[in-house]
Amino acid sequence: MKGRIFHIVKKEFLQLKKDKKMLGMSIIAPILQLLLLGYAANIDTKNIPVVFCDMDNSRISRNYSETITNSGYFVKIKTINDINEIDSYINYGKASIGIIIPVNFGKNIISGKTVEIQGIIDGSDSNTATIGMNYITMITREYTQDFLIKKTEKLKKININTQKITPEIRIWYNPELKSRNFMVPGILGLLLMVTTLMLTSLAIVKEKEIGTLEQLIVSPIKPYELLLGKLIPFIIIGIIDIILVLSVASLWFKITIKGNEILLFFFSITFLISTLGIGLFVSTIASNQQQAMIVSMFFIMMPMMYMSGFIFPIENMPFSIQIITYVMPLRYYFNIVRGIFLKGIGFYELWFDFLMMLIIGSIIFTISILRFKKRIG
Amino acid sequence: MKENAIEVKNLTKKFGHFLAVDNISFTVEKGEIFGFLGANGAGKSTTIRMLCGLLSSTSGTAKVAGYDINNEVEKIKENIGYMSQKFSLYDDLTVEENIEFFGGIYKLKNKLLQDRKKWALETADLKGKENRLTKDLPGGWKQRLALSCALLHQPKIVFLDEPTGSVDPISRRNFWELINTLSEQHITIFVTTHYLDEAEYCNDIMLIHNGKIIAGGSPNELKTKYLTSPILQVECSDPLAALDILQNEIWVNEVSMFGNKLHLNINNEKKDTEFLKKLLNKNSIDIIKIGKIIPSLEDVFIHLIENNKKGGINAR
Repeated sequence: MKGRIFHIVKKEFLQLKKDKKMLGMSIIAPILQLLLLGYAANIDTKNIPVVFCDMDNSRISRNYSETITNSGYFVKIKTINDINEIDSYINYGKASIGIIIPVNFGKNIISGKTVEIQGIIDGSDSNTATIGMNYITMITREYTQDFLIKKTEKLKKININTQKITPEIRIWYNPELKSRNFMVPGILGLLLMVTTLMLTSLAIVKEKEIGTLEQLIVSPIKPYELLLGKLIPFIIIGIIDIILVLSVASLWFKITIKGNEILLFFFSITFLISTLGIGLFVSTIASNQQQAMIVSMFFIMMPMMYMSGFIFPIENMPFSIQIITYVMPLRYYFNIVRGIFLKGIGFYELWFDFLMMLIIGSIIFTISILRFKKRIG
Repeated sequence: MKENAIEVKNLTKKFGHFLAVDNISFTVEKGEIFGFLGANGAGKSTTIRMLCGLLSSTSGTAKVAGYDINNEVEKIKENIGYMSQKFSLYDDLTVEENIEFFGGIYKLKNKLLQDRKKWALETADLKGKENRLTKDLPGGWKQRLALSCALLHQPKIVFLDEPTGSVDPISRRNFWELINTLSEQHITIFVTTHYLDEAEYCNDIMLIHNGKIIAGGSPNELKTKYLTSPILQVECSDPLAALDILQNEIWVNEVSMFGNKLHLNINNEKKDTEFLKKLLNKNSIDIIKIGKIIPSLEDVFIHLIENNKKGGINAR
């Protein structure tokens, strides 16, 4: 019984060792992706380039623009006087935000009148635009408030207790709000999906293409022996990838796992049930490696990547799409990985995700096995 | 009475509305080389795939090595070897790794595995080349290696599905010598081919056309039993023009091109030779040579398939 499975596993590794492409895809690509995404997949908004059009050119207006620049979120590109120049700064991408300070800005503030400043934002990068705008609104509000308080103090010539409430926001789990901390654990999910799902489907379809699958089917090999023999290598590669990602995350990116590594590992194996199942499924519908690649890439992995909360928060999606995300095992795995990695939570909080992942994985896996058995039996 | 290795009874396979194999029956004796002939799409591969348990039948039964293809597939698989025209080996593994892998799948161990490995290397003529990658082997060697791998577990019956499809003529010849040797060792060989010259190597032949068996017997039987009318071989200055003319003559049963010669199936040697000479002269085609020949299998099959098309006598 064990004999045949062992021979297939051994053969699979022999082939993998010789197939530089496959080896690269399973071991080197994960590290490369991890490093690339760890650095490049940066959605932190810092150093937004701003151009000021200061038409007031007073002490107060200069002070205001300095306050914005000093916040750390913005970099002043230039202060200009002609409002029409802003266009070219935005058009050429030299600045993402243009702030127009109107004439009499300083005067009006002192006299307590309403002042309006105008912000022109490059909406082609809506993410930066929204974040930048929010920052500016916040800074401006605070600035004018401060100003009012100081003014009242001066007028009354007495010290009053400012009743201003400043909320002190403490961010849990990812105190630096670094997107890397958020992204790198997510990459674990992506990598496991890519390596196990795609490699499994490719490895099986390849045998179909060259006819060896048929050669195996005419031998007395049992379907389960063939299946296990084909899947075990990718379970092993999956495990290596898990260890690899966890090591790079903690040793290179210094993101420590707050929760239990063993639990994360155990959940990851559960996730593999669904990716291997899907890989197997793809292999039953594709007749050559190109097809397998396209199907798994464009019809399975890309939608999963976009819809499982890796980049876009699920809460922001329309309800109909949110429903679809519930059948995506990756969605639950992201929750699990981020939960254990960043929040340090455990089974008690994650049981639902685990259960859903297990149920969906088992369903996919069973369907695929039945299809596979039907084809070879 | 000789024992049968394969017995096929009313075997039928439908793909949707398409009848790929239509109610065929035949037997294959133990130890013989059985040729299953037909054009592409005639139903050869479908039949072989049903017999090997790769495909289930729509109706009918067959016994392979004494086991039923409908419910004893596992037993059959232990007793047969199979090689397809793809020579299904792992290209990226070495010769030795391929042999060891297939040996492992058939659960050969220790001494037996070593013995069979040695045998396979000798049979495939690959001694000293154990560490060569399979993809670097020439077609003929690959073919012999594939056959050796299919024979590692010493099956009683071997199915070869167009085994010589993509090798050069010399390798084909060597391959058939190997098949003969195997046959001498009492291994039953079931081979499909569309090369009629290869059919001459077989002890017994079945011709399948559009899913039906239209003739069967030894090569000699086929030549004498099914083709009684004489065959003339004509060499002339313009064989293509002659072909056009002769196709419309009622006294010509069949005419076909063999290289630059024409083969004519006629009814009366003397009378028709005169007709032919006159006709070609009239059309100013120079005759180089005309003579009666012993029909080849190809002549027989053209005759049979033409007959079948005309809806004439069913040869069975």
